[in-house]
Amino acid sequence: MTANSWTRSRTSRPHASRSQPAGRARSRRHTAIGLVLTALMLFPVYWMINVSLTPQQDMRKTPPDLFPLHPTFAGYQAVLNDQLPYLGTSLLIGLGTVALTLVLAAPAGYALAKLRAPGGGALALALLIAQMIPGIVMAMGFYGVFLNLGFLNSWWGLIVADSTIAVPFGVMIFTAFMSGIPGELISAARIDGAGTWRTFRSVVLPLSRNALVTVSLFSFLWAWSDFVFANTLDGGGELRPITLGIYKYIGNNNQEWNAIMATAVVASIPAAVLLVLAQRYVAAGVTAGAVKD
Amino acid sequence: MAVARVDRPRPAAAAPGAGGEDGERAGASALARRHRRTRRLTALAFVAPLVVYLAAFYVYPLYRNLDLSLRDYTVRSFVAGDAPFSGWDNFRKVLDDPTFGPAMRHTMIFTLVSIVFQYVIGLALAVFFDRHFRLSTVLRALFLIPWLLPLIVSASTWSWMFNSESGVVNYLLHLLGVAPVGWLTSPNWALTSVIIANIWIGIPFNLVILHSGLQNIPAELYEAASLDGAGTWQQFRRITFPLLRPVSAITLLLGLVYTLKVFDLIWIMTKGGPGDSSSTLATWSYQLGFGTLLPRFGPGAAVGDILILIALVFGLLYIRVQRRQEA
Repeated sequence: MTANSWTRSRTSRPHASRSQPAGRARSRRHTAIGLVLTALMLFPVYWMINVSLTPQQDMRKTPPDLFPLHPTFAGYQAVLNDQLPYLGTSLLIGLGTVALTLVLAAPAGYALAKLRAPGGGALALALLIAQMIPGIVMAMGFYGVFLNLGFLNSWWGLIVADSTIAVPFGVMIFTAFMSGIPGELISAARIDGAGTWRTFRSVVLPLSRNALVTVSLFSFLWAWSDFVFANTLDGGGELRPITLGIYKYIGNNNQEWNAIMATAVVASIPAAVLLVLAQRYVAAGVTAGAVKD
Repeated sequence: MAVARVDRPRPAAAAPGAGGEDGERAGASALARRHRRTRRLTALAFVAPLVVYLAAFYVYPLYRNLDLSLRDYTVRSFVAGDAPFSGWDNFRKVLDDPTFGPAMRHTMIFTLVSIVFQYVIGLALAVFFDRHFRLSTVLRALFLIPWLLPLIVSASTWSWMFNSESGVVNYLLHLLGVAPVGWLTSPNWALTSVIIANIWIGIPFNLVILHSGLQNIPAELYEAASLDGAGTWQQFRRITFPLLRPVSAITLLLGLVYTLKVFDLIWIMTKGGPGDSSSTLATWSYQLGFGTLLPRFGPGAAVGDILILIALVFGLLYIRVQRRQEA
């Protein structure tokens, strides 16, 4: 995994760690520049939060309030009233997608990494190409298939569709990770009389914790964020995800921007939690497969 | 290279697992052969669910999409499934459509301008964050946020920031003495607006990959260069940039493939409008299939096929470059 290269601090560079006053001053200047750049980059996020707290009557004021001086929680009240079912559906779909992805990807990754599955090379290539297919094309295909099967407007149909974003990525991560598991560990389990399945379950899977976490995080996040499949396949369902909740908000009342932005803030919580709790897994995932629509 | 490392199982990786067989082979070769066959079957059992899944939920939907583009579908025959075969008709219709030219042009502009800016800004930031100063790790982590946010969140936030009357962007321009711009409402600016938002979303991806590429450049090179009196810019031009070329190629090609298919952002911000002023192949395809009350699935699917074709050209190029780097 590449998590190490991300968090690893390297001290061998000449400018990396200097104790002389000149070096320290330079480091402080760099920190200052870094703070300014980060503030610039995150301004839209700040603005989203600011608008979510702005009272409705101040929304179209010129100049706009740059700080929430008179914060209102009316927007968040609206989220509680209108959006809870959507959030629940997204949670359900996200967890379902994680489960389906892990069940399919982990054994396949093991087979590709350690069991010399016949046709493994072709399968790996197919997975790579699968990730390049545009989401709208898949959505259109799924629409036809789901229409015939009667899967439209169902949460489980959306789990199946969302998993197509994550499964190829998952197999790649598991394959890469499990290739690194020493063969002796697997042989030892076999000598102890464990079959392939037992070995997989009680030796390989526990060792693959990092890969499991990375794949789970990304499949959850992608399912949670999915808009194309939701809008195409679940536009009229009873259980619709939060992305459609926001979209409906924008379409219906494009006046109440504090409610829209409050929903956006709430919908961003999984991403924020991910970043705080699992930053190194995130960085590993970005570098490893680098996939997102 | 981290990017290259993951993509396929390498034969070498399978070897240690096979090592256990050696001892058995010395014993009875018939037994070993049966062993090997069982192992083959076990391996197949482990990949079988994935293969079935790919056939049902990748290949079949794609086949349906291709089928859509080769038949003359109406809403009724879409449900009944008895549309007549029409060959290249849908493709001809699409190519003759007045939207085709603009959509193709916008796709190219959107993709190229996006990845150029994402790459340049991402590279500059990667080099900057590579100097380990206080808080550098934390700040670099914060830079990931735009990439992690659901696209609907970023798109609606940018929509409101770009609002002509009450948006903060026009307010900031006003402070600089610039007249308000109809970002999303003017045909001249809609494409620029979605490109700006897309650059913002893509910077973290470039930053992370290029930064991890920088980690593999030996520090001694910089030490030697600075002893030789090379300045920062010289070091960047003579060491960093050339040695980062393989990673750069991968980043740009992947960026190309992923930017070509951007849909959510444009659809949520402008729906490809006003008029066709920000429509790309992706949004146009969706517009044809689902954007109106009278869906034109056939032409929509045909545009989708064209998009796949373009994505695959660059995708295969990416795979080639990557394999050559690995070899």
